[in-house]
Amino acid sequence: MVGGNLAEQFVAGADIDVREVSHRFDLDRKTLPVLNRVSLRIKPGELVSLLGPSGCGKSTLLRLVAGLETPTVGSILADGVQITQPDPSRVVMFQDPTLYPWRTVKANVSLGLEARGLLRRQVHRVDEALRLVGLTQFATAYPHQLSGGMAQRVSLARALVNDPRLLLLDEPLGKLDSMTRMTMQQELVSLWRRTGFTSLLVTHDVEEALFMSNRVIVLSDRPASIIADLIIDLPFPRHRGDPRLAELRREILGLLGLDADW
Amino acid sequence: MSSASLSSQDAGLVDFPPVADVRAGFWFTGLLAAAAWFGAAMMTGGLPDIDDFERTELLARLAAGLSGLLLLASVGASLFRFTVPAKLRGAGAWLVLLAVALAAWELVTAKFAVLPRPFFASPQALLEVFTDDYPRLGGSVWNSFRLLAGGYLIGAAVGFVLGVAIGWSRAIGYWAHPVLRLIGPLPATAWLPIAFFAFPSSHSASTFLIALATGFPVTVLTWSGVAGVNKAFYDVARTMGANQRFLVLKVAIPAAMPSVFIGLFMGLGASFSVLVVAEMMGVKSGLGWYMQWAQGWAAYANMYAALLVMALMCTGLITLLFRLRDRLLAWQKGLVQW
Repeated sequence: MVGGNLAEQFVAGADIDVREVSHRFDLDRKTLPVLNRVSLRIKPGELVSLLGPSGCGKSTLLRLVAGLETPTVGSILADGVQITQPDPSRVVMFQDPTLYPWRTVKANVSLGLEARGLLRRQVHRVDEALRLVGLTQFATAYPHQLSGGMAQRVSLARALVNDPRLLLLDEPLGKLDSMTRMTMQQELVSLWRRTGFTSLLVTHDVEEALFMSNRVIVLSDRPASIIADLIIDLPFPRHRGDPRLAELRREILGLLGLDADW
Repeated sequence: MSSASLSSQDAGLVDFPPVADVRAGFWFTGLLAAAAWFGAAMMTGGLPDIDDFERTELLARLAAGLSGLLLLASVGASLFRFTVPAKLRGAGAWLVLLAVALAAWELVTAKFAVLPRPFFASPQALLEVFTDDYPRLGGSVWNSFRLLAGGYLIGAAVGFVLGVAIGWSRAIGYWAHPVLRLIGPLPATAWLPIAFFAFPSSHSASTFLIALATGFPVTVLTWSGVAGVNKAFYDVARTMGANQRFLVLKVAIPAAMPSVFIGLFMGLGASFSVLVVAEMMGVKSGLGWYMQWAQGWAAYANMYAALLVMALMCTGLITLLFRLRDRLLAWQKGLVQW
C-alpha cells in the first residue's frame, strides 16, 4: 500500500449497499423528508450516476454514503460493514473545490496524509497526485491564484492521494465552464478506468451522466425515490455524438418530464 | 492546443516599452528640503532668544546637519551616482513641511513668545528634555513597555484560548457567553479601584487591567472567527480521516486568524489607554506617571516630550503587529485589499 505510482496502482473498488434508506431534516419544528426508501447496490468498480431534479436529495444520499450524516431509517454498508462515520477510503469531491486558502496547492493535497499522520513517510504521493492532475508547476501557488478548473483539479488530487476505494463526486464539474467540464469528464473517466475505484457521481447534467457512467439512477422529486435504474452498456471511451446516447438521453428526459422540446 | 495556434499567439504579443525608472533623475524636492532646513537652522542660530535657552545652538546644529544630509542626498546622488532610497524620496514634501513648521514653532515661542510661556514649550526646551532628562525618560519608557507587554501578552493568550474554546465547544460557550456579555463591554478602567485594592502590587493590578482590556476584543473576535469557519472545510477534513484535534488546530484556528488579528489590533489600542490611566492613577513609574509628575512641576516641555515618546512607542507597536500579520497571513494578500 505504501508506494507506487498512484495512477497505475490498482485499487479494489468498494462494494456499496444502500438498504431501504429514508432520511429527513428537522428544520425548526417542521420535518422535511428528503429520501424515501432508497435501495441501491453498487458493485465494485462501477461508476454510477445519480440524476435528478435540483434539490431532490441526491447530494444528501451522497453525504450519507460518505458517512458525514447517518440516515434516519435504514442502513448503508460498505463491503458489508455499516457506515457510521467518514473514512478516508471514501473521499468526497464537492461542487466547490473547498481548498484551504491559507495552504499552498501542495499543502492542500497533503491534507489527507497529514490528518492520518502518514505525510512524512508518503510525501512522494503528493507529488504524484499533483503530476496526475497536471499541476506540478503550481505546487507552491495559493488557491486564490488558480482558475476554477485548476482549483477543482487540486481538489481531485487531494482526494486521490488517499487511494480512495470509493470516490464520491458531488457535482464536481457543475460550476466549471463547458470546455473545462468536457476535458475533466474525459480525465475522470480515464482515471477511473485505469484505477478501478468505485464511484458515485451526483449530477443534474444528463449528458455528463451518460458520457461517464455504467449506470444511471434517476431520482424523483423530493422526497427522492428511485424511478429508474438504467444500465449504459456502451464501451469506453464514448463518443458524445453516439446515436445510442441521444436515444438514452431522450428516454431519461422523458422520465424527468422534460421531453417536451425533444 | 496545436503548435500553430501557440505560435500565432506568440507573434501577437506586444513589445511593451520599458517602464520609466521613477528613482532616476535629480531629486529636486530633496534640494528644496535641504534649503528649508538650512533656513530654519540659520534663523534658530541667528535670531536672539527672548530668554535663556540652553539648547538653541544644538537645535540649530541639528537642523543644519539634516540640511547637509539632504543636500548630499539630492546633489550628491547625481555626483557620486548612488540612488536615493525610494522611501526617502517619497518623504521629500514632508521634510520641507517639517522644516517650515519647526521654524514657525521656533518663532512663536523662543524668538517672539507669541504664545503664553509656560504652557507652550519651545523646540529647544523639548530638545533639552531629551538631552538632560533622558535617564528618567528612558527608564519610564522601559517600565511602560514592560508593563504593557506583560499585560498584553497575557490578555492576548488568554483571550485567544478562550475564544477558540467558546467557538468550538457548545458547553463552554453556554457558561462563558453570559459572563462575557456582562463583563466584556465594561471599560477595563472601571475595575481600577477594585484592582488596586485586590492585587498585592500596583504593577500586578495594572497588568491585570491591561490583560482584561486586551482579552475582551481578542476573545470575541477569535470566537466569531472560529464560529464563522466554512463548514465544508470540516467536511473535507473529516472525510479524509481528521480527528478533533486536527480540526481545531489545522482547520478552525488558521481559518479564524484574520479575525483574530482584528481582535489583536483592537486589544492593543485598548491596552494603550488602560496603560496610561493605570500609570497616572497608581503605578509609580512609566510614561503616564512621568507626564503626571511633569505636570505637577509645571514642566510642560517634559510633558510634551513624554507625549511624543508615547506616540512613537504606540505607533511602533502597531507597526510591529502589522508586520507580524503580513508574515502570518501572506496568503490573504490576493483576497483582501490592505
